[in-house]
Amino acid sequence: MFKYYFEQIQGIAIWPIISLTIFFMFFIGLIWWVVKVDKSYIREMKNLPLD
Amino acid sequence: MELEKFSYDNRIVKYFSIATVIFGVVGMLVGLTAAIQLFYPIFNFDLQYTTFGRIRPLHTNAIIFAFVGNAMFAGVYYSMQRLLKTRMFSDLLSWIHFWGWQLIIVAAAITLPLGMTTSKEYAELEWPIDIAITVIWVVFGINMIGTILKRRERHMYVAIWFYIATFVTVAVLHIVNSFEIPVTLFKSYSWYAGVQDALVQWWYGHNAVAFFLTTPFLGLMYYFLPKAANRPVYSYKLSIIHFWSLIFIYIWAGPHHLLYTSLPDWAQSLGVVFSIMLIAPSWGGMLNGLLTLRGAWDRVREDPVLKFMVVAVTAYGMATLEGPLLSLKNVNAIAHFTDWIVAHVHVGGLGWNGFMIFGMLYWVVPKMWGTSLYSKKLANAHFWIGTLGIIFYALPLYVAGIVQSLMWKQFNPQGFLEYKNFLETVVQILPMYMLRAVGGSLYLVGTFIMIYNLIKTAREGDFVANEYAEAPALEKRRIVGGHWHSVLERKPVIFTALTIVAILIGGLVEMVPTFLIKSNVPTIASVKPYTALEQHGRDIYIREGCVSCHTQMVRPFRSETERYGEYSKAGEFVYDHPFLWGSKRTGPDLHRIGGKYPDSWHYYHMLDPAAVSSGSIMPPYPWLFEQKIDTSETVGKIKALRAIGVDYALNYEDIANQDLNLQAEQIAKNLKDQDGIVVGKDAEIIALIAYLQRLGMDIKVKDN
Repeated sequence: MFKYYFEQIQGIAIWPIISLTIFFMFFIGLIWWVVKVDKSYIREMKNLPLD
Repeated sequence: MELEKFSYDNRIVKYFSIATVIFGVVGMLVGLTAAIQLFYPIFNFDLQYTTFGRIRPLHTNAIIFAFVGNAMFAGVYYSMQRLLKTRMFSDLLSWIHFWGWQLIIVAAAITLPLGMTTSKEYAELEWPIDIAITVIWVVFGINMIGTILKRRERHMYVAIWFYIATFVTVAVLHIVNSFEIPVTLFKSYSWYAGVQDALVQWWYGHNAVAFFLTTPFLGLMYYFLPKAANRPVYSYKLSIIHFWSLIFIYIWAGPHHLLYTSLPDWAQSLGVVFSIMLIAPSWGGMLNGLLTLRGAWDRVREDPVLKFMVVAVTAYGMATLEGPLLSLKNVNAIAHFTDWIVAHVHVGGLGWNGFMIFGMLYWVVPKMWGTSLYSKKLANAHFWIGTLGIIFYALPLYVAGIVQSLMWKQFNPQGFLEYKNFLETVVQILPMYMLRAVGGSLYLVGTFIMIYNLIKTAREGDFVANEYAEAPALEKRRIVGGHWHSVLERKPVIFTALTIVAILIGGLVEMVPTFLIKSNVPTIASVKPYTALEQHGRDIYIREGCVSCHTQMVRPFRSETERYGEYSKAGEFVYDHPFLWGSKRTGPDLHRIGGKYPDSWHYYHMLDPAAVSSGSIMPPYPWLFEQKIDTSETVGKIKALRAIGVDYALNYEDIANQDLNLQAEQIAKNLKDQDGIVVGKDAEIIALIAYLQRLGMDIKVKDN
């Protein structure tokens, strides 16, 4: 039933693919950054509440 | 570098803390009363203002928005100033926020017992209060963003991100879910109907749990737990991943509250998948909290603050594992509509929120009064009584939920329901309800011990209203480069915008299809709008909070179609503003109640349920027999409903009251014929009977 209505929208198939790509890229980027990030920066952030 | 002198505003934190404690006690007392009403209906006091249906929303609202809400603000105002090394943006805004919020709470405490309710769970407050909430929330937001902008610390610590996410998401949730068309000052109809209303409501309900009860408290955990343990969080990297994945995924999981209902299957499946995925970020957060204490567990033995926080984080872990499991369709088929869900939310509420709040208060009060805790012994006593309270609360309800669910589903060898009478399954679990009340009482006793301890602590110290501090000003130099995420942490506005994007995607994907295709809910030709009298009856049903205990959603299980009748179809609810599917079956489902009993049965049953069904725990509703239907509102109601798409015949409002009278006369006549009952046709009970007799009749095949 829903398929029918989705088919009415032009180029609907691209939307979920774009969404998934954005979602995926963001997290890949995030993990990449987390792995690569400068240790001293992390140490500084960690200790913020304790200052 | 020159050091700037400034002071932290402790007074606002003190006021929010006091409000937390006061409304915590009120909310718990109301909850305890509601718990007792379930096994001693006499405690409904035969008063309309104190029946279960009206005080249950009072309990949930008081706990969520007054107890947890005020605690959240206290914690945010305390930690935010210190993490950003600045006083709050504006003292005036802080105080508008404080008093505005308390006024809203008072307004809720007055209107809910009066029966002014939208009936949408955790969003029961009527439209003028909804507007006030929006205004005050924006004041909070401006104050928070302003504070972030004038900070003396270049980077935002992870707790701040959680606060930002809380602010933007709650704003979006509240506004979208509160679209309603006003009829009078304290009566409105939800803009959405039926399936759409259900989807929006549980998108809201689920994410209110996520962004009012979870994210701000994770922020508090990331600040207060390291503070109390005097060591940095276990992994800051993990906290970054925790944050983004949590807010990304949470927003999608709402439909798991509507499994096996008339909600389209794709939306249900989406809800299940994302709920399972939620285990990862939730447990990431829990482990990050617990592992912060690695190598310091000996301190947990000594320090009551850490004890409370360890149990809080553990309860968070249990509730966030249980939640996804409950979203599996096969588990949900057993647990939904039972006390299992009540147990689940209270592990979160009593354990995670409550214990986090207690831990925070035990830490903050001595700090702000410049002293140490009056009695560690009492705090330890509170800890143990509270923990026992949680156990005595949750365990009996797990048993009750599972036992009752299995009884509902039990067939005998002849293929009939073993417990045909719903009441049998209720009577079976009453002892569990009693134990639950014991658990709740223990928890409350613990809270009183804490209050005594904190007052004594405050008396021993001197309150530091303005805590002086100094820090170098944030240089205005332009930092180029750094990685994109550290840039993000320096740019609160971009950060906020990204957070909004993250939470909007999920909401939009779920809701847009359902709205675009209004016609997709298969219409059923025989489904007609409610008559004027039935609509009045429906509003009485809403006012009395019947939805607290009675669902209107027959799920497609043999055990349910056997007990109640044909399962519920999406097309049957197109005129239901708001939907009344309910979330808990303390009494039987009512979607197919129409035509099941004569009018006189309903009459006697509403007058004294226990006289009609021996052992019933439903309270009597004597006032329905004295109060008159307010026909002056009929026209306004019909017009409002027409404006939001109810398909009334042309000019129906002109003849609505005539129509109402005719139908009411017929019911009064039926009552007289059936059992010689004499009652005025303008009594509210007539309207309620009209509504109950209408339920489920639209698609019933009529016998000739």
